[in-house]
Amino acid sequence: MSEQTDEGYDEWLEAIAEGEAYAFECPNGHGSLPPRRRCPECGDPELERRDLPDSGTVDTLTTIHVATPDFVDDAPYTVAIVDFGLVRLTGQLRGVEDPEEGIRVAAGVEERETTGDDLLVFRPA
Amino acid sequence: MTGVRIAGTGHTHFGKFPERTARDMFAEASDGAIEDAGIARGEIQELFYGNFMGEVAEDQGHQGPLMAEIAGVHGAATRFESACASSGAAVREAVRNVRNGEVDVMLVGGAERMTNLGTAGATKALSIAADELFEIRAGMSFPGAYALMANAYFEEYGGSREDLAHVAVKNHANALENDYAQLQREITVEEVLEAPPVAEPLGLYDACPISDGASAIVLVSDEYAEEHSLDAPVAITGSGQGGDRMALADREYLARTPAAEDASNEAYADAGIDADDVDVAEVHDCFTIAEVLAIESIGFYEPGEGITAAREGETTADGDRPVNLSGGLKAKGHPVGATGVSQVIEVASLLTGDHLNSDAVPDAETGLVHNAGGTVASTTVHVLEVAK
Ligand SMILES: [Zn+2]
Repeated sequence: MSEQTDEGYDEWLEAIAEGEAYAFECPNGHGSLPPRRRCPECGDPELERRDLPDSGTVDTLTTIHVATPDFVDDAPYTVAIVDFGLVRLTGQLRGVEDPEEGIRVAAGVEERETTGDDLLVFRPA
Repeated sequence: MTGVRIAGTGHTHFGKFPERTARDMFAEASDGAIEDAGIARGEIQELFYGNFMGEVAEDQGHQGPLMAEIAGVHGAATRFESACASSGAAVREAVRNVRNGEVDVMLVGGAERMTNLGTAGATKALSIAADELFEIRAGMSFPGAYALMANAYFEEYGGSREDLAHVAVKNHANALENDYAQLQREITVEEVLEAPPVAEPLGLYDACPISDGASAIVLVSDEYAEEHSLDAPVAITGSGQGGDRMALADREYLARTPAAEDASNEAYADAGIDADDVDVAEVHDCFTIAEVLAIESIGFYEPGEGITAAREGETTADGDRPVNLSGGLKAKGHPVGATGVSQVIEVASLLTGDHLNSDAVPDAETGLVHNAGGTVASTTVHVLEVAK
C-alpha cells in the first residue's frame, strides 16, 4: 500500500501502546474513535478526549482460520470486539487458551506475524 | 407516479469461470434480458450497473459506460457500488427513476469477476467492505465479521452450529435442479458440522462460494408496457434502503441488522403490504447466520426466533415460508455485484410460475428480495407483485 498518513489513528494507536487509551465524547454522550471531526451519531463538532478504562469486556469473538494475505502467517488468530464503555474496540485477543465472551481484557499494541505492522491486541486484564 | 414492471431478465451461470471477464459475462446477461423483454435495444435510455471489486479483480474502474457499450446501449450509464448490495442499490435507483417519469426503459444489472483472484485474493478483496482502520487492520475477514455476529447471536438468543447447518442443507437442496447454480449438490448436517473451520463458528459449508457471474433486467414504466403490449406481469411495488455504522463495533446491535429492518419497513410501506403478505422471499445468505438475521429483519420472525426456522422446516421448500428457493447465495453462488439483480430475477420467475421451484409456491403473488452490503451496513429490500 502507498504511504498514507493516518493522522489521528496513528496517534491513537500510539497512546494505546503507552497505556493511555482514549476515545472522543460529544456533548450528548456519544463515543467515537479518531479520525473524527464530528460525532457520527449526532454530528456535533465538540469532541472531547476521554480516557478509557484500563480494561473492557469481550462482547463477541471469532477464531479466524482463513485469513487475507496480510494475516496469513498469523492464522489461526482470534478477533474480538471489546466493550470499553464509551466505545467498543476491535482487535486481536492473545494469551487466552479458551477465549470466551465476558472475560476482562486490556488493550495494547503488538506486532502482526505476517507483516510486522502494529496491531491492536487484547490480553487478559 | 407510474408503476414499474420487469419486462425482461437475463442471467449467466454462476460459478467458477476465471477466464471470463465481467464485460463478457455482462454481454451475455444483458443480451438475455433485452431479448426476453422483446424491445429494440435502442429503446433503452439508461444503464444502472452494480459492481464491487472491479478495480481489484480486473484493474477496471468506471464500468458504467464500459458495460453500456458491451450491451449495445447508448446513453447515460452509472455504476453503483454498495459492496454485496451493489446491484440492489442499482435496482432501487432505477425504480425511482422510472417512477418519477424521467425514464421509461432502463437496463439494470451487475457483474462480478472473483475466482481469478484465488481464495486469498478474493478474501482480501471482500474484506475491504469492512472498515480499513478499525477492522481490516485487526485481521477481520468477511467470514470473520459474520462469525462475530453469529457468536453474538448465540450469546444473546441461543442457537447452535447445528441450527445454522440446516440453513445450508436447505439451500443446497433448493439448488439441486437449478442449472444456473454453482453448487448443485446435496449436503448433510454432518458434512456442514465437520467441514474445515473458516472463522469459528462458521465452517466452509456455512459460507457461500466465491463466484463469477452476471445478471440483468429491463425495467419499464406501466405506460410503456401497455403502449407496447409487453409481456411484463411482475411489478416492483416497494423499495427500501437502510444504513448502519460501517464497523460492527460501532453498531447498537451485534446480533440484529437494523439497516435491513429499516429497508424492509420502508419497502412494505411503499408497497402497502406487511410481512404476512409475502409468499416467497430471496434473502442475502452469504453465510448461514446471514439468512437467520435476514428473516428476522424482514419481519418473518422476531429477533432471536429465526434460528430454528430451517431446522423446523418452516423456511424449506415445503414449509409455510419458503426462503431462498433458488438455493440462495449459499448454493447458487455470490458474484457480489450480480447478486441483487439475480435475486430479483429469481423472485420474478417464482411469481410467474417459471421457476424450477415454482411448484413449492403455486399461488404466490407477492415476493420479497433482501440484498445486504458488507456486514449489513447497507441493505436494499424490494417487494415484487404480480400486476393486477
Ligand atoms: Zn453525538
